[in-house]
Amino acid sequence: MTRARRGYEDVVAAVPVTVPYVRFSIRGAHWFIGRALAGLLRDSGLRKEAIDGLCVASFTLAPDTAIGVAQHLGLAPRWLDFVPMGGAAAVIALRRAARAVESGDAEVVACVAGDTNSVDTFRQGTAGFSQFARDAVYPYGSGGPNASFALLTAHYMRAFGARREDFGRLCVAQRANALANPHALFKQPLTLEQYLSARPVAEPLHLFDCVMPCAGAEAFLVMRRSRAEAQGLRCARLLAAIERHNAFAADPIQFRGGWALDRDELYAQAGTAPADMDLVELYDDYPVIVLMQLEDLGFCAKGEAPAFVRSNTFTVDGSLPLNTSGGQLSTGQAGTAGGFLGMVEAIRQLTDQPLGAPVPGAKLGLVSGFGMVTYDRGLSSGAAILARAEAGG
Amino acid sequence: MTAPLERPRRKNPVLRTRLPTTPPAARSRVALGLTAAAALGRFELQVCRDCGAVQYPPREACHACLSERLDWRAQDGAGELLAETVLHHGLELYYRERVPWRIGTVRLDCGPAVVAHLHGDCPAPPARVRVRACLDRAGQAALFAIPEKDTPSMADDRQLREMTCDPQHRKILVTDGKTALGQALVRAFVAAGAELVWVGHAEPWKRAPGLDALAALPQSTLVPLDLTDARSVENLAAAIGGKVDILVNNAEHHRTFGIEARRGIDAARAEMDVNYFGLLRLAQAFAPALRARGADGAASAAAWVNVLSIFALANFPPHGTYSASKAAAHSAAQCLRAEMRGSGVRVVNVFPGPIDDEWNQLLLPPKLAPGGLANAIVAALRSGVEDVYPGDVAQDWLARWRDNPKALEREVAG
Repeated sequence: MTRARRGYEDVVAAVPVTVPYVRFSIRGAHWFIGRALAGLLRDSGLRKEAIDGLCVASFTLAPDTAIGVAQHLGLAPRWLDFVPMGGAAAVIALRRAARAVESGDAEVVACVAGDTNSVDTFRQGTAGFSQFARDAVYPYGSGGPNASFALLTAHYMRAFGARREDFGRLCVAQRANALANPHALFKQPLTLEQYLSARPVAEPLHLFDCVMPCAGAEAFLVMRRSRAEAQGLRCARLLAAIERHNAFAADPIQFRGGWALDRDELYAQAGTAPADMDLVELYDDYPVIVLMQLEDLGFCAKGEAPAFVRSNTFTVDGSLPLNTSGGQLSTGQAGTAGGFLGMVEAIRQLTDQPLGAPVPGAKLGLVSGFGMVTYDRGLSSGAAILARAEAGG
Repeated sequence: MTAPLERPRRKNPVLRTRLPTTPPAARSRVALGLTAAAALGRFELQVCRDCGAVQYPPREACHACLSERLDWRAQDGAGELLAETVLHHGLELYYRERVPWRIGTVRLDCGPAVVAHLHGDCPAPPARVRVRACLDRAGQAALFAIPEKDTPSMADDRQLREMTCDPQHRKILVTDGKTALGQALVRAFVAAGAELVWVGHAEPWKRAPGLDALAALPQSTLVPLDLTDARSVENLAAAIGGKVDILVNNAEHHRTFGIEARRGIDAARAEMDVNYFGLLRLAQAFAPALRARGADGAASAAAWVNVLSIFALANFPPHGTYSASKAAAHSAAQCLRAEMRGSGVRVVNVFPGPIDDEWNQLLLPPKLAPGGLANAIVAALRSGVEDVYPGDVAQDWLARWRDNPKALEREVAG
């Protein structure tokens, strides 16, 4: 019999920082990570020496990893981690950092994701993303993960009766949320008609189903609640978190992710249920993944996400506010920072410092992560539940 | 259904010829096992010797039991098409120039799910299909799903033609029309729908038997070509080099000596002059123009065929100097193949066993009929393979050589 996982006691996330996104940059990844760290210090009032833990996620740091960042930025952490796991990086970083501060291995951990994007970065990163992708997907003409997600979107539509309009509703709602976010790269409203008439990229995916690669960074701090309060920082409590890699490997094509294995543990650890969530930040590299997560995270049953999407608004002021800053589909995908976007936004909402519109009275938020398409599917899944840190609560 | 390929229109000489690009060629070393099989027209996947699990993509260890004992085994490729997409956007120039492009996910009956190019005649999923391993224009293995049953004109599918070198509507140069094989090749290419066949003959003042009959074919034209004469080769390249789509080098000099049986090196030198230096002369004169035309429309330059010998793999002492010259030619052909790589023009090496001609009189059967060998070469071009071992003797030698080259050397020494 396996021992029950220890819950998270007294761990908080604080100081949400976003380095504004740009489509292309001539700066290196170190620049974006450096700006994010400077933002953490600026907004927290901490001195650099107080950061004694560092967790970095990036795809464009090569040949450096986190240790190169430490020297580059003049940090001397006593706890260091590198988690270049794309869309799942934020949940993974938070889980590791939480245990580090609980055990005392570190007191204040900076979790930073940053990537640059120059004109040929995306092609190069895609061509060499993994051995399996290089051997068995990229030579087939896939423009990055587009082809892989086109295939599993096509399969999902056939298996569960989803229509392009269902994906479109989600994209339109997220764009509405993005309009209040000054950092979102897409600043025009999107109509369902525009969504449906966009040019095809990899059928059934069309232009507005695909995120736009860009450069940027996202960051937050992890520490004990007492440390945050001593520093006068607004913070969100970590209630529960899960991660899973390479789940359901025998499925011939992906229609579910690791959340389906671990969600019961997630909600039990947090003492909550899906219906309790005031906001959800779901990883959205393609809309089909949002539908998959709505099912696998228990908001509806498998195959019912199309109907669920038709009966919710997902806007900040509507039912089930989702991707409240616009998600990657409307703000852009800044490499691994795309995996941090939802986490940072959830921290913002639960600490009353949103970039865009606030979700009124939000107390509980769910953040998911998904990533690493090394062959034909996303391998890494994660989720965390954060709660507003009420005074004395 | 695939529309039969129409004869390509005459090219406008004023317009720029599209330069060749190739699909992404980088592979891990272990994935080259797929390419090695595809070069022979086989679809092989790694199968775990310990637990039987079939692996894809290629691996260093079994995904089920972690065994390192993974053997490449032939697969029938039967499977179910689960999903398809039509790409309208490509990051690489090769695909940018060729979209829309259809690919799909196929669950093979033997286990793994694979991403494969999708033939236009494959129905929408779910559908039964057959997966083949082809060589793409980069010379790397690419999985290709074709319909469960053959369809009319399926070879003319636009995507499939990127994997093959079909002689239909193409212009062919056969470097020696005097031999029985050369004449069989001309007839086979004409029968395969070649637009034009140039037929080389080294000594035009000698009218070899059968040449007049070839000259009477409306598709064939006799041209003077002597591979031992650089000027002859260059003159022909100047005249037709920019039009040749498939070059078949079948010219050879063959004598039946080892080292001791004949004093001096005249015979050996003559063999080298045609079989090895002749290939070099031909390549220096013709390869640049072929390379430049690797993506020149539906009848682009497509292939360079070297008729070598199975004796190129291991010396056959009764024909010792001939074997050496063919081994030299094989080595040069590997170099040529590497130099042609970026153009998408395929270098096809043919390793026949003894042909049933006067120089192989004293060899026991089975021997290859020239017509059979010619048909095998056309079939190789249609299927897009890179290495061809036609006939029973060649297959026997290949099996022995792959099993243990040293044992073959000792066996052949008698």
